[in-house]
Amino acid sequence: MSANFLDRFRAVLLAILFAACFAVPALAGPFEDAVAKFANDDFSDTDEAIGAVATSGNPLAFPIISALQDGRLSADPDTKKVFVTGADGKIIDAATGAAVDKLPDNAAAVRLNNRLRRAVEAALGGLTLLSPDPAKRIAAAQSVFKSHDENALPVIDGALAKETNKAVKAAFTEARAAILLYKSDATELEKLEAVAVIKARGDQEAMALLTGLGSDLPPNVARAVTTAIASIQSNLQMWSMVQNAWYGLSLGSVLLLAAIGLAITFGVMGVINMAHGEMVMIGAYTTFVVQEVIRTRYPGLFDYSLLIAVPLAFLVAGAIGVLIERGIIRFLYGRPLETLLATWGLSLVLQQAVRTMFGPTNREVGNPSWMSGAFELGQITITYNRLWILCFTLAVFVILLAMLRYTALGLEMRAVTQNRRMAASMGIATSRVDALTFGLGSGIAGIAGVALSQIDNVSPNLGQSYIIDSFMVVVFGGVGNLWGTLVGAFTLGIANKFLEPVAGAVLGKIAILVLIILFIQKRPRGLFALKGRAVEA
Amino acid sequence: MLTKLTHDIATLSRRRWLAATAGLVLGLAAFSNAKAQETIKVGVLHSLSGTMAISETTLKDTILFLIDEQNKKGGVMGKKLEAVVVDPASNWPLFAEKARELITKDKVSVVFGCWTSVSRKSVLPVFKELNSILFYPVQYEGEESERNVFYTGAAPNQQAIPAVDYLMKDEKVKRWVLAGTDYVYPRTTNKILEAYLKSKGVKQEDIMINYTPFGHSDWQTIVADIKKFGSAGKKTAVVSTINGDANVPFYKELGNQGIKATDIPVVAFSVGEEELAGIDTKPLLGHLAAWNYFQSIKSPENEKFIKAWQAYTKNPKRVTNDPMEAHVIGFDMWVKAVEKVKSTDPDKVIDALPGIEAKNLTGGTSKMLPNHHITKPVFIGEIKANGQFDVVWKTPGLVAGDAWSKELDGSKDLIGDWVGKKCGNYNTKTNKCGGQGS
Repeated sequence: MSANFLDRFRAVLLAILFAACFAVPALAGPFEDAVAKFANDDFSDTDEAIGAVATSGNPLAFPIISALQDGRLSADPDTKKVFVTGADGKIIDAATGAAVDKLPDNAAAVRLNNRLRRAVEAALGGLTLLSPDPAKRIAAAQSVFKSHDENALPVIDGALAKETNKAVKAAFTEARAAILLYKSDATELEKLEAVAVIKARGDQEAMALLTGLGSDLPPNVARAVTTAIASIQSNLQMWSMVQNAWYGLSLGSVLLLAAIGLAITFGVMGVINMAHGEMVMIGAYTTFVVQEVIRTRYPGLFDYSLLIAVPLAFLVAGAIGVLIERGIIRFLYGRPLETLLATWGLSLVLQQAVRTMFGPTNREVGNPSWMSGAFELGQITITYNRLWILCFTLAVFVILLAMLRYTALGLEMRAVTQNRRMAASMGIATSRVDALTFGLGSGIAGIAGVALSQIDNVSPNLGQSYIIDSFMVVVFGGVGNLWGTLVGAFTLGIANKFLEPVAGAVLGKIAILVLIILFIQKRPRGLFALKGRAVEA
Repeated sequence: MLTKLTHDIATLSRRRWLAATAGLVLGLAAFSNAKAQETIKVGVLHSLSGTMAISETTLKDTILFLIDEQNKKGGVMGKKLEAVVVDPASNWPLFAEKARELITKDKVSVVFGCWTSVSRKSVLPVFKELNSILFYPVQYEGEESERNVFYTGAAPNQQAIPAVDYLMKDEKVKRWVLAGTDYVYPRTTNKILEAYLKSKGVKQEDIMINYTPFGHSDWQTIVADIKKFGSAGKKTAVVSTINGDANVPFYKELGNQGIKATDIPVVAFSVGEEELAGIDTKPLLGHLAAWNYFQSIKSPENEKFIKAWQAYTKNPKRVTNDPMEAHVIGFDMWVKAVEKVKSTDPDKVIDALPGIEAKNLTGGTSKMLPNHHITKPVFIGEIKANGQFDVVWKTPGLVAGDAWSKELDGSKDLIGDWVGKKCGNYNTKTNKCGGQGS
């Protein structure tokens, strides 16, 4: 309370000082006074300044407010002068519009907090409603819809009359409805129409707008609002099922990606490979190294960094896989317990090696622009990174399947895993095939690491969080069957995402584990068990 | 074996003999020299491998740095300090074993260590039994005051409550999502916050509590739920006690689903400069964190510290964070207490510590309280594009740490007082001590 009072007092004092200093030159109008407030480095002063500048009608208002939003508005606390640095680097004095050569040394960017950012957005909404760019007009209408500021009504009405673009027109109509709904002196008819418009919009923001209305509505309007809320709710309910299914697919694709390499080393070769997760991690670190090199040497290639990282990660992780097979695992075939312990130890060694080389903290792997953001499909939000990962996973799966089916190496792999002795007597170098198969599995884990670096931390512990899930998927889907891994991953993903809203993330995960244990009791060989003589080989 | 050795020695050239002898003599000299100059041993009990290495390694480096600085100033009571570093490997029972090793085998005078509450709980009996001193530098859930432990991190009333107050007053938040990782710190903190929010008139239906497993990486459902919860027409905020690695995917999902800080701000208690170093912070602009220290705070002490730290680690980009500052304060307090009683005897130092004052890095002076917690300022910072924080609010003065929360029915009458009452959980209603510690 007292702090607030002090602020006010200070503001008043400042205002008086200003008046005293500038009264004579008579140049300082209300606009200049408002601009000068930006230099006070005080959030409530900045708030007042935003309001005053936005409603001033001065042509400088738009550049000032948009510069404020982007952090390009700076102020000199000593001279109380405020400067706009244009997007092109040109600097002007915010109060007069005169060009300035360079910023004073002690000029600092005007600071914002969330409250002020909202004020800026609302102000910009009002200022850009008449922008020539339709996308900007829609964005402006959106922010008016959210702020439902009465002052914007005349501008909206004017803009609506002139508007020819259909999408923009719809956005303006919705914004207008939002204002009328909250305007205390709007007629009942206007309000009813507004409710209908907002009901037709039918998304969560419409819902927020309607539920946020006070209780002092005319009875007719109140009834209309209640039915509108109910109808939006049932609509959203339906969409939330679609959304869960999509999340399930997306989680399934991540599980599949992590497990697909293991489906080869464990599923096809029968090696209990506890170091599988570390191959994923190595793939992720390869991505990090690729991005570091690109950042320092060829910044223009950043958007292609993942495309470059995929083959490299395959080679690096694959080569390490071949080394592991030649160095350790080939001495342990037929001894599952020892393999388990040796690969477990190996996973710790790899983790600590990476920790020593790259440090224990997370490494930043950036998202290329085509993997950031989201788009709306009906009432659900689909994020680009998840969508790309789903496509990528399916592509990896198809390529792997084709490789096993149509290439000479694939044929040899299948021959060796189905009947080793027979394959050997037919002239296949079985130990070479073993090494290549293990390398292939590890390489695919490395590719998975490239994709997972986009949604998870790149830290030495990355692999650990996927190893359990990977084994779960492979065992559930049926050891030795790639299709089983695919079906298993998507089943677990979707089941998990439908359980999560009901049971919560923790219980949902436990429930899935219990279900798998029960399922394995009933079908020990998983969903798609291999049949025939191959099983015993 | 032996014959081979004699053979080896015999074949050594004359010059190598000389060099070897000289080396041996020098080594012996150094050894006896070290013997002559007695050192004070300081134990460092932070995980250098395993899941917690990500946060704890920096704290180990901090203590080594502080010891180095202190030795440059001539050590403590004329003796050099010597660090004994052990690695409990993020393994809770191993923490207890390593603590025992530090105290009995290495005979350390004090231990700086632990991060998670479970590791602290695991070493407590060891410190009590062997009567040694632990400085614990991390914000925690409170509800504890032990004779052998000094808590230099924030108690809930020094972090969580002020953060909620800020959101309530400045952002006019009416609806609350309490999201956390499923373990003791978030659960207790959320219990305290829920009680506090209700005491401020927030209704049950305006509070959503959500827990996730450690290392949770698929946040799609939860972020969508938060979005839905936030569309009820009331200003909504998320209070996050999500721990460690799970934060990065959470913020990425928030950014991707287009939740901006202006719509639904997230205030986090476990996200600092160190954690942000691993993410692209552009989508996080404006989200909040509450701490007792930020690297961006301008004060002569802080600038000096950052410079010295970056020089010590030979990394001009190395960040500093809140638990590091807690170690700085704790270390300074311990040095002052030892110099005050002219002894490293644990009983004397424990009795001397309450009342000791030490400069914190944000320009104030923190004081050790009788309940073994310290006074700290509370800051709310907004995430900036460069991974640093911009302080938007701070408490007018220092806040005294409450060992026992005033919001919970079970603990509102309890106080910790190791000076007058010699008790960690003294009940002010019944005027009785509930026994040692918690």
